Amino acid sequence: MIERSPFFDFITYLAMAFGALVVVIPFWITLVAGSQSLQEVSQVPISLLPSSHLFENLAAAWTRGDLGPKLINSFIVAIGVTVGKITLASLSAFAIVFFSFKARMICFWLIFITLMLPLEVRIVPTYSIAANALLPFQVILDTLGITGLVQAVSGVQIALNWNLLNSYTGLILPLVATATGTFLYRQFFMTIPDELVEASKMDGAHPLEFFFDVLLPLSRTNMLALATIMFVSSWNQYLWPLLITTDRANFGTVVMQLKALIPAQNGTPDWNVTMAGALIIMLPPLLVVAFMQRWFVRGLISRDK
Amino acid sequence: MERRAYYRNGWMPWLLLAPQLILVLVFFYWPTTQALYWAFSLEQPWGGGNTWVGFDNFLAIFRDREYWGTVLRSAFYAIVSTGLSMAVALTLAAFVDRSLKGTRIFQSIYVWPYAIAAPAAGVAFRFIFAPESGLIGSVNQIWPGIWDPATNGIHALAMVIVCHAWLGIGYNFIFFLAALQMIPRSISEAGAMDGARPFQRLIDLQLPLIAPTAFFLLIMNLISSFTDSFGLIDVMTEGGPIGQTEVMVYKIYFDGFKGLDYSGAAAQSIVLMLLVIGLTFVQFKWVERRVHYN
Repeated sequence: MIERSPFFDFITYLAMAFGALVVVIPFWITLVAGSQSLQEVSQVPISLLPSSHLFENLAAAWTRGDLGPKLINSFIVAIGVTVGKITLASLSAFAIVFFSFKARMICFWLIFITLMLPLEVRIVPTYSIAANALLPFQVILDTLGITGLVQAVSGVQIALNWNLLNSYTGLILPLVATATGTFLYRQFFMTIPDELVEASKMDGAHPLEFFFDVLLPLSRTNMLALATIMFVSSWNQYLWPLLITTDRANFGTVVMQLKALIPAQNGTPDWNVTMAGALIIMLPPLLVVAFMQRWFVRGLISRDK
Repeated sequence: MERRAYYRNGWMPWLLLAPQLILVLVFFYWPTTQALYWAFSLEQPWGGGNTWVGFDNFLAIFRDREYWGTVLRSAFYAIVSTGLSMAVALTLAAFVDRSLKGTRIFQSIYVWPYAIAAPAAGVAFRFIFAPESGLIGSVNQIWPGIWDPATNGIHALAMVIVCHAWLGIGYNFIFFLAALQMIPRSISEAGAMDGARPFQRLIDLQLPLIAPTAFFLLIMNLISSFTDSFGLIDVMTEGGPIGQTEVMVYKIYFDGFKGLDYSGAAAQSIVLMLLVIGLTFVQFKWVERRVHYN
């Protein structure tokens, strides 16, 4: 605050309150509608105060959307992506920053170019690869003539096949295969002073000991930030799970269920159940963000600077 | 980025990089290459592999007036939702930056939309904007039929854009606030000494100083409006009424997975890829220049 101006302070509070209203209204409406009965929710204009039917609506949404197993799936996917990404990102950033080898810059660019194209843009071919994730290796073996060679020698034909449709690996792996986390870790590792590496080398520590005993503890803040970002973004995935799971009953995630909760065009307009379901689905990432705010804000910003 | 102290170890960096490189190969480079192949070839209707057709797939989509409609709509969607979201976020960040008492509460509320899945917000907004429900729909009581996103394409598009902009507020706010807080206080104080009012300082001092962040956000928002709109549209309008909210990603999905026209969808994917690459390239150029000036 630079100048003391009660009038301007008043304007500031007014604007901030208005902004908070803009942000909170959708949440509030979701909560209010989710707590009303069918009659109340169909009223025009609707009452903006919560009513007493929240728990029956939650229960109704829970059964209609089959949310129990779907929540478990969502947690498996979100945690899988988060853990996978942190592991891979820290390892590859470690290799790129702390090792000297010829192809280093090539590897760096190979990984970082993936930042450019989000999954949605290459969705059709990525889907086809999911039918057989080992296809690229099969083609490599075929073109190198290894398949033919092995067949001639042993009579066994190499036919690699790994179908990812309707599996957790299929839901998780393509989301792990991007460079966001690697970039974050690289930025952080570059700030580690050379002296620390030298000291660790002088003490005779193995590179992996340096990684586990020095780097990982130092990067705890980073890890929390990345974990928050990855948890939220993988929980909120919609298009990819929609494509890769034809077996919705067993492998569907909660966010995919939102559409099933919307009242049918000519059915009962029971938006109260829909909104109660939306409330359940919104809650986990919202809680994560609310609790981790301090760390993830730092992570988000350092990622792109 | 060269360090003085590093490790030399023949195989270890490769071992560390292998998982990431394999994943990137399988799920990024292979599909992207395949998209290129499909875009330049056509599948035989009776099977028997693809034949090379050159630019025919691209010519086909470029001759399609419906496709151009989709492109224009996507551009409109991207520009309006980006502008709206950034304007709201910047305004909020500028007020929060005054750090009055109690600002922290507002600050943490403004971040919330970042956590919400686009389809979840879509459901909430669909209800808020539903013509038969009692919120925005109430206007129909006074002027019957004035608001109906189910049949009016412009209403439907406006509804989707507002929701997309709302979802972006959290992300944009975080970046704007961080950028504003990085400006040395002394600069604003000097401006105040010279008699510049807060609004004038915002325009003449703060905005130019946070221009790099604003530009970064502009590009990120544009890219996200081109790519992330699928979930929102699928839940809110399914591209309707009569295709009037169909944007590029939605058409790719629809042609590829419902119409099973892989070649057409791949050609569309390539166009979208080039667009995103172009935007990213502009971004890199800008960053390079900024580093140069520093």
